[in-house]
This record gives sequence, structure tokens and C-alpha cells, in this order.
Amino acid sequence: MNIPGSGIFKGLVVTARNFVGSYFEKDRLTTEQYPEERPTLPENARSFPFLVYDGTDPETGMRCVSCKICEKECPPQCIFIVQDRDAAGKAIKRPKVFNIDIAVCMSCQICVEVCPFESIRMDNAYELSAYDRFSSLLLDKSKLLKSNTYYRSIHPTEAAETDGRIEADRLKKEAAAAAKAAAAQKAAAEKAAKAVEAAPELQKPEASA
Amino acid sequence: MSALDSVGSDEARTLDISLGPQHPSTHGVFRMNVTLEGETVVKLKPVFGYLHRNHEKIAEKNSWLAAMPYTDRLDYICPITNNWAYAFAVEKLAGIEVAERAEYLRVIVGELTRLQNHAAFLGFVLGDMGAWGSALMYAFREREKILDLFESLTGARMMCNYMRFGGCRCDLPPGWIEAALKVVDYFPAFLDEMEALLTGNEILLARLQGVAPLGAARAINGGMSGPVLRASGVDYDIRKVDGYGIYNRFKFRVPRGEVGDCYDRFMLRVIEARESVGILKQAIAGLPGGPIVNPKAKQRGFRPPAGEAYGRIESPKGELGFYLISDGSDRPYRFRIRPPSLINLTLLEELCIGTKIADVMIILGTVDIVLGEVDR
Repeated sequence: MNIPGSGIFKGLVVTARNFVGSYFEKDRLTTEQYPEERPTLPENARSFPFLVYDGTDPETGMRCVSCKICEKECPPQCIFIVQDRDAAGKAIKRPKVFNIDIAVCMSCQICVEVCPFESIRMDNAYELSAYDRFSSLLLDKSKLLKSNTYYRSIHPTEAAETDGRIEADRLKKEAAAAAKAAAAQKAAAEKAAKAVEAAPELQKPEASA
Repeated sequence: MSALDSVGSDEARTLDISLGPQHPSTHGVFRMNVTLEGETVVKLKPVFGYLHRNHEKIAEKNSWLAAMPYTDRLDYICPITNNWAYAFAVEKLAGIEVAERAEYLRVIVGELTRLQNHAAFLGFVLGDMGAWGSALMYAFREREKILDLFESLTGARMMCNYMRFGGCRCDLPPGWIEAALKVVDYFPAFLDEMEALLTGNEILLARLQGVAPLGAARAINGGMSGPVLRASGVDYDIRKVDGYGIYNRFKFRVPRGEVGDCYDRFMLRVIEARESVGILKQAIAGLPGGPIVNPKAKQRGFRPPAGEAYGRIESPKGELGFYLISDGSDRPYRFRIRPPSLINLTLLEELCIGTKIADVMIILGTVDIVLGEVDR
């Protein structure tokens, strides 16, 4: 510090060490040559939402039941849903229109958190820039629907958890249905037994008549 | 009257320059109308509002939860502390307890945010002084590691949206703590390298020392907070004063400057980052298990009782507060932010008058503002 210019010299030594070091030490060579080299995204990485469907057919396997919770909770309000109706005009649990404007979406993941049907999830696709706003960035149902297999491939841990939850729900439902069926059977049996007990009484007035 | 006739008059002695809003050193879309006499600043008028997004009004039209991702965009260099301040204010308003593990996670991510903010600050300020390139790149190399940690934890590098009322959104992925410890352990070495690179540099000392000193009394009267206030020698850190969250469980010191000049403001951040490393090590060592969010806290359809609350935390830039009024409905009745960047900017003219035009950028840099927070 006493010699004038020693501070500058010290700084130059640091720069030189970094410059030379970048040829030998892997830690110092941090730049990724982006279009040629691609980063491996962490599992949690998120970009924009998509809709999950089970099986192979997007229309029948769609998990979305058009409850519109995500539409209501979306902070920038970029989701637009119209419920489907059958020929008689009765509402069906399925969206007719499901649009997400990803030019407005801010990737906050709140739709994912609030969805009670495990239907909407975050994609990790990037490089989505396009020349035209409405045909490319306003995603409709056909572009949003992606298979559960794809979901498992991008977020394995989260997808396994979701699958487990759905499976548990299904088992619970089945058990409940079985229990209900058993209860109904039991009730029917009791009723039948009662009917048998009551039968003589019923027959009595008939006999007397 | 020809142009020559005005020579020697007051009008001709001064020169008006408009710096910004696209000037590379103005830290965002910020304009300064500077009046110069020779090279000396005689008047400075800050012009802002270019990044106004109507944040407060949007938050009042959305649900309580939906305001959370918007707070990321306030001070976009450190989104997690913004989340924290908002969650903290809502918890105060509704009297929600925070899960124990979440408190530790908040301290860990909050202090990592402070590290990356101060790393970015060092790079930017050195860039303002003409050290474009090396210094900024070294700082960003370090900041990038912390952003990678945020990405693997929250899914986004900058727009994290991590806090929830009564806790945090997601738990740590496997291997995160080890990766974080590696970054934290290396950080002092980075600070040493940064100091070796430039803080002994005679040119840097000449440009920083004695420039725009801010006295303690004036700093307090001007409403300064955070590193700018402490650089003026005032011992005021909300982590110590309020001990919000679980900060009173950790041992750390609050660094203070002496004269409050640019050099004090610069070095204070370096020392503060070193203290943050200490807090991080204690928090990581003490991280308990358990749930990450209070199971009683409601996120969707959340309706706090009618009332008002002001929650404030020590964000890397100063006192960040949210003043919330609830009328018992599902959206805030009033949503007001006290941004440290805006209020620290109020003394900018006073600091700059009498300095040279080349120092204006450094003064602005050492105040450390982010325009997302100034304009909201």
C-alpha cells in the first residue's frame, strides 16, 4: 500500500490469475456457450402452465373439470375458461375453451397450487419467442394438453407424488364405493329379513279378509 | 439577441444535461436532470415513474395470495426478501404463527438474497467507476451460483414467489443444503478476491473517499435506512432492533461506517456480506425438521380479520415495509409499500450538489436503488 500503484498491481494479479486459471481450473470456466451448450434445468424449474391428461386421448383423459378456480385465482388473469355443454344444454364437467395467454402469464405457479384436480402443472420449456402474438402465444386447449408421461419426464418427483395422491384417492373412492355397496347390500338384506318377518302380519289381514 | 450576447450571463454559465432514462449507469429507467456549472453539479432533479406498474392498486383488486408474485417484481434483484416482508405483514395482520422450519428456511434464503444483492452491488458500483468487465463479471459469477440455488429450490431464478402465509411454499430438494453450504463457504474467498482486485486500488480510493459524505443526523432526518444509514454511523438494523422472525437467535454484528461517504457505503456492504455468511452457517446448522407451513394458515380464499398492520423487515437495501388494511374481505382494502430505494433516493440531490458530474453516478450507485421498487 505504501508504494504508489501497488493496489493497482494487486488487482492486476487477480485478473491475471482468473484469466490464466480459466484455462486450467474447471471452477473458473463458468460460461456456458448457450445455443450450443444447454443448461440442465433443475427439476423444479418452471416456465408456463400446461394441462395434464391421462392415457392416450387428450379429450377423454383430460383431468380438468372446468371448476374455474385457477381462472379466478390467477394474479394477472391470463386464463380463460368456458364450460362445455351437452346437446341438451346441460353443463358437463369439461372445458370447451381453455386458453392461457402466455404473453400475460407471469409463471407464478399459483394456478398449480390451487388446482384441486391435479390438472394444471408447470412446463419447463423455454425459447418460446414468436413473431405473432395471437397464433403463437395465446395457447388454446390443443396446445396446452400434454400427457402425464410428459409430466413424469419433466418433474419426476412431483409427478410421482401426484400419481400417488391420485391413486390413493381412487383407492379411497373404491373402498368407499365398496363400503357403500356392502352397506346397501346389508340394508337390502335387513329389509328383506324384515319383509319376511313382516310377511305373516301382512298376510294376516289378507287371510282374514 | 444573438447567441454571443448571452456569454457571461447566468444562462450561459450553466449547462443542463439529462442523464437517462436509458443511460447504462443509471441502474434502470431513471432520469436525472442535472444543471452543471463547469463540471460541478449545482442542481439535480430526479425524474422517475418510467417503471410504474400500478402494483398497489393491482394488489387491492386481487386476492391476498395473488399479491405475492407481484412483490417479486418490486426489487427484482432480491425477490425473496420482498416475499418475506409481505408474508410477515400478513402474518402480523392475521396473527398467524410461522412453522419453525420455515423460519429457518426464510433466514437462509433471505441471507442468500443479501449476499447476492451485495455481490451485484459491488459489480455495479465498480462498473460505474469504469471497471466494466472483470469486476462485474466476477460479481455475477458469484451471484449466478446463488441464483442457481434459488432455481433448484423455487423453480425460478429471480421471480421466486417462495413465501406463503405461515411458512414457505416448498421444501428443500435433496442435496440443496450441501450445495448451499458450498456456496456459503466459498463466499468469503470471493469477497477477499474482490477486495484484492479493487479496494486497495488507488484510483478507486480517490474516487470514493470523501465523496458525498452524509452525516448521521441528516441521514436520520432524511429517513434513510439500511446500509446507507449504517454507513453514516447509525447503529440501526431492523434484524437487531425488531428481532423479527428468529434473528434474535443468531449471533452477528452490525457494521457501521464513520463519515458516511461513498467509501463507507461501499465497504459496509462487503462487511455486511461477511456477517451474513456467519448467519447462514448458524441457520444451516440449526435447521430443524417438521412442516414448512403452518397447517392452520389458509392460502386460497384467505380472509384476515378486519384491522391494519405494518410489517417491516431489513431488506438488503433498507427498511422494506408493507402497510396493509383489511376490511375482512378476500382482498386487501389498502396495500401500501414503504420501499427503501425510493426513500433513500430523497437525499440524492443534497448528496450530489457540489460534486463533479462524474461522481453523480457513483453516488447513485452507492445508494443502491432498484427502479422496480422506486416506481412500483
